[in-house]
Amino acid sequence: MSDPPGTNPIGTHPIGSDPTGTGPTQSGTTGSYPKYAQTRPGHAEPAIEVLEHAWPVRLTHWLMAASILLMIGSGWRIYNASPIFPFRFPDAFTLGGDVNVALTWHNDPGVASAIQWHFAAMWLLALSYLLFVAWGALSGHFRRDFLPVGPQSFLRDFIAAARFKLEHHLGEYNAVQKVFYWGALALVLLMIVSGIAIWKPVQTYPLEVLFGGFQGARIVHFLGMAGICGFIVVHLALVALVPTTLVAMVVGRVTGHAPLAGHATADAMEHPP
Amino acid sequence: MSLDRRALVRGGMSLGALTLLTGCDLSDNDVVQGVLARFSAWNDRVQAALFNPNKLAPTFPEAQAVKDFRYNAWYAAKDAPALDAASYRLTLAGLIANKKPWTVDQLYALPQVSQVTRHICVEGWNMIGKWSGTPLRTFFERIGADTTARYVGFECADGYYESMDMATALHPQTIMAFKLSDEFLPRQYGYPFKIRVPTKLGFKNPKFVTTIFVSNLRPAGFWPDRGYNWFSGI
Repeated sequence: MSDPPGTNPIGTHPIGSDPTGTGPTQSGTTGSYPKYAQTRPGHAEPAIEVLEHAWPVRLTHWLMAASILLMIGSGWRIYNASPIFPFRFPDAFTLGGDVNVALTWHNDPGVASAIQWHFAAMWLLALSYLLFVAWGALSGHFRRDFLPVGPQSFLRDFIAAARFKLEHHLGEYNAVQKVFYWGALALVLLMIVSGIAIWKPVQTYPLEVLFGGFQGARIVHFLGMAGICGFIVVHLALVALVPTTLVAMVVGRVTGHAPLAGHATADAMEHPP
Repeated sequence: MSLDRRALVRGGMSLGALTLLTGCDLSDNDVVQGVLARFSAWNDRVQAALFNPNKLAPTFPEAQAVKDFRYNAWYAAKDAPALDAASYRLTLAGLIANKKPWTVDQLYALPQVSQVTRHICVEGWNMIGKWSGTPLRTFFERIGADTTARYVGFECADGYYESMDMATALHPQTIMAFKLSDEFLPRQYGYPFKIRVPTKLGFKNPKFVTTIFVSNLRPAGFWPDRGYNWFSGI
């Protein structure tokens, strides 16, 4: 995908739908993006940026977040039963109950419980992932907010971010973010497909051949998990930098002043009204 | 948004994260175990629907078969039961027409097939082996087992017990394995025979089988009774 000229929005736009129905009726839209705010920094009024998440996005986001945590915690316990690399995860960071209690009662280091968690949470993950992708595709959320993105814009924004010069606009994703979201969605899909290859290596044979056999599928499943963990770390770090995004993902809508180069109040001081 | 509301939301989120972090304790909660058991029962049904009775497990060149197959049990190999061919009898029970017990010689005289298939353990490791023996389906025809019944159960000399759905029991690769690597089963591998079922996880392959029974009530399993999924098809 290339970057069509003139589609890099300079203002802001709401994420997802506009349940109030008032946003896009205001003037000052650029390209296809509905705009809440028109005023540019330095003008009499600071621009108001809006970050909005429709309820299906919020619901499926949190369902995916919870199920992914359950999958990782239980997956680490299952991994410990027969590690593919020369290390084990500390039991305290795994899911599946007290290891010593399970050993005493069941002669099993809690792998039974971990597998139960894993094969219960997988339904929650698959369902919420499916709903998230279906809603994102059908509502236009992906097209509006995750596109366009291409190598050029990714490189440009990546370099800017590395120099700490990437402006953050509430309600607008830069190209690095877009690539990260597509990457996370692709990783979850990889986990589902490689997971099926491990769960049903006979019924789905030769699916495992895609991953270099049964043990290859286990390695791919592990690496996909590592990639998702990496995404979570970056995701949480960015949320910590701009905490209002967390509020938006919970209550649905937040507003802020633009541009928001790291800190809204600092910017407001630079450009006093 | 006021700061109070923000603080409230963030506090709530922290609490939510904390709850997730203590999830390991939740595993031992009775209500949680009940919910997980229901999911496991649901997975039994899904797996039964996914099971294709005509789909064969992949087979491998004989050269890939491991000679020193991994010993796996909850006790040491030296503690494995040593069954005596002279006194051993296979007991038959349940919905079977001819329940006459079988001796080792009678069993070993049955028609046999060989398979080089992959044993996949619930822990994640796998191993290819060559097993030879009689398809359970052939044996069921000899003894007049009611193959319209739903389940087959096994009891073993080491205290182990397992069971499976009839569809899997009748699968052409489900055999009473008398030999591993062309040799009569060594003691620790389950002499005089084990059930080799390559369409299920390793723990669904009971060793030292002393009783086979057919039933419409689902029999238990040693590891399923300890929380592992009962169907455990692969």
